[in-house]
Amino acid sequence: MFYRDSGLIKTTYKADRAIFPVDQDRWAIVALVGLAFLVPAVASEYWLSSILIPFFIFSVAAIGLNILVGYAGLLSLGTGGFMAVGAFAAYNFAIRIPELNIIVVLILAGLVSAGVGIIFGLPSLRIKGFYLAVATLASQFFIEWLFVRVPWFTNYSTSGVISAPAVQIFGYDMSGAAQRYLIVLAMTVAVAVTAKNMVRSAIGRSWMAIRDMDVAAEIIGVRPLRTKLVAFAVSSFYCGLAGAMWVFFYIGTVEPQAFDLNRSFQILFMVIIGGLGTIVGCFFGAAFVILLPILLDNLFALLGTGGHADLLSHAQMAIYGALIIILLIKEPHGMAKMWQIFRQRMRIWPFPY
Amino acid sequence: MFWKLASRLSLAAGIAGATLAPAGAQTAKEQFIPITLYRTGPMGSFGTPPMVAYMDYMAMLNERDGGINGVKLVWEECETAYQPDRMVECYERLKGRGATVWNPYGTGLAYAVLEKSQADKIPLIMLGNGRTDAADGRYFPYAFPLVTNFWSQATAMVKYIGERQGGMDKLKGLKIVDLYHDSPYGKETIGVYDRLAKTYGFEVKHMPVPSPGIDQKSVWLQIRQYAPDWIVMQGAGLMTQTAIKEAAAIGFPRDRLVGNYWSGAEEDTVPAGAAAKNYISAAMNGSGTDFPVIQDILKYVYDRGKGSGERRDVGTTRYNRGVVIGLITMEAIRVAQAKFGEGKPITGEQMQWGLEHLNFTPERIAQLGATGLLPPFSTSCLDHEGGAPIRFQQWDGQKWVSVSDWVATDQKMVRPLIEASAAAYGKEKGISPRSCDN
Repeated sequence: MFYRDSGLIKTTYKADRAIFPVDQDRWAIVALVGLAFLVPAVASEYWLSSILIPFFIFSVAAIGLNILVGYAGLLSLGTGGFMAVGAFAAYNFAIRIPELNIIVVLILAGLVSAGVGIIFGLPSLRIKGFYLAVATLASQFFIEWLFVRVPWFTNYSTSGVISAPAVQIFGYDMSGAAQRYLIVLAMTVAVAVTAKNMVRSAIGRSWMAIRDMDVAAEIIGVRPLRTKLVAFAVSSFYCGLAGAMWVFFYIGTVEPQAFDLNRSFQILFMVIIGGLGTIVGCFFGAAFVILLPILLDNLFALLGTGGHADLLSHAQMAIYGALIIILLIKEPHGMAKMWQIFRQRMRIWPFPY
Repeated sequence: MFWKLASRLSLAAGIAGATLAPAGAQTAKEQFIPITLYRTGPMGSFGTPPMVAYMDYMAMLNERDGGINGVKLVWEECETAYQPDRMVECYERLKGRGATVWNPYGTGLAYAVLEKSQADKIPLIMLGNGRTDAADGRYFPYAFPLVTNFWSQATAMVKYIGERQGGMDKLKGLKIVDLYHDSPYGKETIGVYDRLAKTYGFEVKHMPVPSPGIDQKSVWLQIRQYAPDWIVMQGAGLMTQTAIKEAAAIGFPRDRLVGNYWSGAEEDTVPAGAAAKNYISAAMNGSGTDFPVIQDILKYVYDRGKGSGERRDVGTTRYNRGVVIGLITMEAIRVAQAKFGEGKPITGEQMQWGLEHLNFTPERIAQLGATGLLPPFSTSCLDHEGGAPIRFQQWDGQKWVSVSDWVATDQKMVRPLIEASAAAYGKEKGISPRSCDN
């Protein structure tokens, strides 16, 4: 009734090719982002620093991986490694050149990560699919090993777990939960819009061409070398940025173990559960993977343990696993597809054909 | 059908979300203790017994004494799965419930909340783990790496070897291998051993074992060629039992293989079978159930069906370590109550005062029914560790048997290292040390 696209007449090409061609979508998204910026006024520190901040950081990492896996069709298990590169690069920039603005540090960290991504993306020119996944595993192990082994990266800290320096922007202390939240939110909005535009433009279309059939793509003039390496670079940039934000705005410590293989799997699950080849799906996936266990834990804490705390903490994991299976059976294309179906239904609501 | 289910789920999520907001402050006569533990995940078997023991000890105090001076102890569990990000979530959640002390029981977990806890003025206890240089209370007012740390322990291990050799001067010319888990944890003591080697004139060779330490053939080949007199081991997880088996395979006497306190639990020796007989490890707490306090836990908690874990775990090394955590934390509450008002729940800042004024004399330990369970030590504004002595235990094939008295640690050597490291931290972070003169 309220959500419909009939009567919306596009008179320019620009309007027709907008990110959100339906007016209601556009209003909703602007309102949502606006509200997100107002959240610190009402939310408690718990909500900001342990629910919303990690949610946005993982969304950025998931967008990064989705570009690689969902759009370019290059299966990667090295996400954790690229996040670690971003995290350690940001740490080293911040302590070795203290004058740098934190935003510059984040972008530099992303660029370093992009460079590493290009190097480890080289095998993708020869190997595909699961074989490529195994090749990217090497990067995961190598990067983890490197940061444990070479003390320069950890600034010769004795224990290898290092704490990030305090964050300041133009002399303002940014360590409060609300400030950290606003920076993370702003970065997330910026990179999500960029990603959305990238996948709608020539570069995104060439990624999808490579994904769908690389031989055909090559014949119509897409250069596989450049396209695949750009996909790796952009993806690693996003993951590196997420890793750097993790260090400065979320945990406050840098340790290689935080970016192990489990982290890579976790982000791959976000992409698959959220929906391959969609940007909005990354947010859904991050919400499912990060927030659902916390929600379950809180629910169980609310219901009381009744003396079976050990059973319940394992039951939580079982419930979480069962939910993943149910979701993927019901909708193999992920939560983004469910969202699409929902919008389709809303178009004709309340008078279905 | 699907959408019906989805709408119901979202309704349920909404309700849950509304109740997620942290509950109000604690009621008048209750002291809230946050429990962060890891029952799930690969570290589950290491992290569960100590925290279960901590809860059992508090349950025992509630049952036997009605809490502390009439203040009932209440607690809530939060599952961290040994992940720093989950730890942060638990920290924020339980902080809202009125937490006044933290016991993350894991170095990575402690680091994740170290600075938050300083800012929030809630003491962070890191019993035998965590950031070593936090023992300098001037730079880390709210961090307590209590009882002892890896550096102090290394000095006690060398001292124990000296005792077995018949005097510290007999160490001269000995060959000692430092077999360590190739991780930040394992590397932490390299510098201290080098320093000890220089002081006492023995030769130390550092040999890393790559994590998880299941394959150690090449390392032990090197050890056989090097033919050391002693091996000191910083083991973790599966590495320890494998090392014990490899030592047996090359015929290295197990009573000259000395593990640190993370390599000395039943989980390390039982899987190694007969090979583990005579293996020696450091211990910061006694094992077994022959302590009045452990007997009380069995009597007041397990006999009444109120235990948080399995009765068969009571008395194991890891379980008893949790009892020590409970003893120390509850003693700090008592000390703080004595200063700020008996029978009243204390705040985080009062808890910090209590933790800085601990004095575990042998008499006090006997009153608590824990003679031999924890070493005598005391803390101060300056010293957040206590520099407590270490005990050595030997596996007799069935159980751990104590084979030494409390062996003093060399604080003269360790303390300057700690202070230098803490000062460097303060400089990096721009923290000026508080005064500890008054």
